[in-house]
Amino acid sequence: MTRKAMLIDYQWCTGCHTCEVACQMEYGFAPEQSGIVVNEVGPWKISEGVWQYDYVPHLSRQCTLCASRLEAGKKAACEQHCQARCIKVGDIDELKEIAEGKPTQVLIIP
Amino acid sequence: MEGMTFVGHDKPFQYADGGLTVTRGSAWSAPGCHLGCGVLMYTDEDGRLVKVEGDPENPFNEGRLCVRCLAVPNAVNNPERIRKPMRRIGERGEDKWEEMTWDEAFDLIEEKFTYYKENFGAESVTFWQGTGRDIAAWITRLAWSFGSPNYGPSLNGLACYAPRVYGCIALSGSFWVGDYSQQFADRYDNPQWKRPDVIMVWGNNPLPANSDGAYGHWVIDCMQRGSKVVTIDPKVTWLGSRSELMLQVRPGTDAALALAMGNVMVEEGLYDEEFVEQWCTGFDEYKEVVKGYTPEKAAEICWVDADDIRKAARMFAEADGAIIQWGVALDQKEEAVTACQAVASLLMLTGNIDNPGGMIKPPEVLMYLNGWGFDLIAPEQYAKRLGPDKYKFYNAGVPAASAECMIEAMETGKPYPLKAAWIQTTNPLTCMGVDPQRTLEAFKKLDFIVVVDPFKTPTLMALADVVLPVAMFPERNGIRCGDGAQRIETINKAVVDPTLLSDMEINLELGRRLCPDAWPWDNVEDMFSAVYESVGLTFEEAQRKAPGYVPFEYYKYKTGKLRPDGQPGFMTPTGKLELWSNMMDAVGLPPLPAYEEPTPGPVTTPELYEKYPFVLTTGARRFNTFHAENRENPYLRRIHSEPAVQIHPADAERLGLTEGEWVWVEGPKGTTGDIGRCKRVVEITPTMLEGVVSTDHAWWHPEGDPERLYDVFDLNVNQLMPWGCGPSGMGANYKCLLCRIYKVEKGE
Repeated sequence: MTRKAMLIDYQWCTGCHTCEVACQMEYGFAPEQSGIVVNEVGPWKISEGVWQYDYVPHLSRQCTLCASRLEAGKKAACEQHCQARCIKVGDIDELKEIAEGKPTQVLIIP
Repeated sequence: MEGMTFVGHDKPFQYADGGLTVTRGSAWSAPGCHLGCGVLMYTDEDGRLVKVEGDPENPFNEGRLCVRCLAVPNAVNNPERIRKPMRRIGERGEDKWEEMTWDEAFDLIEEKFTYYKENFGAESVTFWQGTGRDIAAWITRLAWSFGSPNYGPSLNGLACYAPRVYGCIALSGSFWVGDYSQQFADRYDNPQWKRPDVIMVWGNNPLPANSDGAYGHWVIDCMQRGSKVVTIDPKVTWLGSRSELMLQVRPGTDAALALAMGNVMVEEGLYDEEFVEQWCTGFDEYKEVVKGYTPEKAAEICWVDADDIRKAARMFAEADGAIIQWGVALDQKEEAVTACQAVASLLMLTGNIDNPGGMIKPPEVLMYLNGWGFDLIAPEQYAKRLGPDKYKFYNAGVPAASAECMIEAMETGKPYPLKAAWIQTTNPLTCMGVDPQRTLEAFKKLDFIVVVDPFKTPTLMALADVVLPVAMFPERNGIRCGDGAQRIETINKAVVDPTLLSDMEINLELGRRLCPDAWPWDNVEDMFSAVYESVGLTFEEAQRKAPGYVPFEYYKYKTGKLRPDGQPGFMTPTGKLELWSNMMDAVGLPPLPAYEEPTPGPVTTPELYEKYPFVLTTGARRFNTFHAENRENPYLRRIHSEPAVQIHPADAERLGLTEGEWVWVEGPKGTTGDIGRCKRVVEITPTMLEGVVSTDHAWWHPEGDPERLYDVFDLNVNQLMPWGCGPSGMGANYKCLLCRIYKVEKGE
């Protein structure tokens, strides 16, 4: 079986926490736990009109890449609900190809 | 209705999935927000709500859903919910209650309201709603059929949405919203639509907010398709950091900025000459006004760079399709209507009206802002409405009463005594109402108060004599027919709990008892069908087929479809877009847009500014909360757990403040001479404009002591605001105040 991974385009992550809560609700995690956590890098001003202000989700050990949902033909809970559509779960090879297409992305292989 | 488009479904609106039942429907309230996303609600074999997901088939949110609705199972199943009607057995403010049956509660309310009507007139009973969600149609019908003209939100100066709506109507005969393709079932793929070249985000943080029916992340969808963004905000929001231009503006100065952009468009000849010539009137007078607002002058007023004003004006004027994504910051200043006029004028100069990727007249199923059943109230009863004597705009199409005038009447008994309040799913001591201590004392003078809410709140604890619990959106049927582009969308009951009634069921039952002729329906589903009569659907059909889209076309002003007489043009006295507004003139307000300094403020009250050296803006939106809602939900609370005051590092350093410590934010209540304060947690961020601080609103502690009103008087920032608004009666200073900040001492 092809290995799965998650690709995040953090140009667009708005820090809305949707992925976290979608995951918590899907798996019944306690409020302080989740399969995915949004981290903040910044904000700080680099120069006039240029800001470092990124949100970058990362996966916890509880992430299964939603194997059961994928099997049922659904998207991963975080991917489906992501407001900015910046999360993609898929085969590593497929994601690697997308990743090469533009900067500001992270490929997470849990 | 002919030409309606429905979204096809493979499955019925309720179906089995594994061991669970899925109910397709929509959200709205309670809890919720202004939107009404498509949802799939999952219930287990015991009928318990276990999960809510976004509905991938619904074009509105396309399968997405934000944290507030994802976490709804925790709200629905929350042990703190009220599940039975209650009667107070102690004093107001004491947490002492006795349960009663629904019949006992309705009997008591019917008896009391009838008594007040017979002895003091129906106008002595006041009706209070919260922000515009699934409430206006039903509560207005209840108030008006009962005979009371005194209904409204507890908002000072109707300072949310209404000033923008009426500001737009004054110029153009309609409200306008950004065109994100939301009016089409096939959305971004619709061949008539084009993506806006420019989205000017003005006094709005659309990603956590949800004003005017705009799903905030549509802005991101458009950016991913090439739209450029200009952000106007005192804070560099995340969206601001991704914008082509970020104008960090002093709160309350938007009108000056808009007039200066108008100046640039006129002086540099960037406006759409042909459009203005053919479709606008009053351009010569407008030109004279903006002459005085050079970018340099506005830069000084607004604390922004003059060249950035020029760049923003040029970008906007040169765009093929430009949106102004504006928010309550425009409404929340005393001179709101004229500021909205100033901003809306930019749309007219550039022809961004009724055009693809510009601003559209939202398609309508029900004119919900103005209520339902206005014909039910007798003219002599309506003439007793509190507000029109004091404020001009209440005579120009605003059907609500003025909250301020109702508060005054409670206090003074003039012009007539008020006896009772019906407070339905709103929390005026925590959120909308200003000067909450005064509001509390005024309400306490009433003989009888009913509060309808899913949870005990500060308002309920302080004031209710009778409490009615209310169903949440997964527990009820309804129609989603609110602000923004309306569509056929139903709210469908997934959880059956016979102990709870919905807002609409409560209003129908009380209406049937008090004024049966106006409420001829056996159940709310028949009542919803009556609303849908205009589109030729029953509620049951709509449940099966929703979402449905009414026909839409652009450039209706060219074909006569904006006017009932079929003539080309707009629904204004001249048929043109009126840069010089006849409607404003008719109500005795300045017909041309103007800028006025906020009072109090750095310019108008220098002595107060010396003592209170920060400009304060309130109501900063967070992803996890909607106004006073969601504080009891641990999945949401952890995301932003206490009210914050955001401050620039240089300001924080001057005050010796450290991240995370509690401070008092204190300021003058207008020019009354009184002061008010609230507690906040310091959040130091370079994104704030120096000299300006920002805070979130509507805070209380559901975990706190009920008899301390859940700490609301520690936390409510509206304690810095007095009742009273600008001359139009619309707009109040929620977002341009003065304050000082100092540490909370031990034990405070």
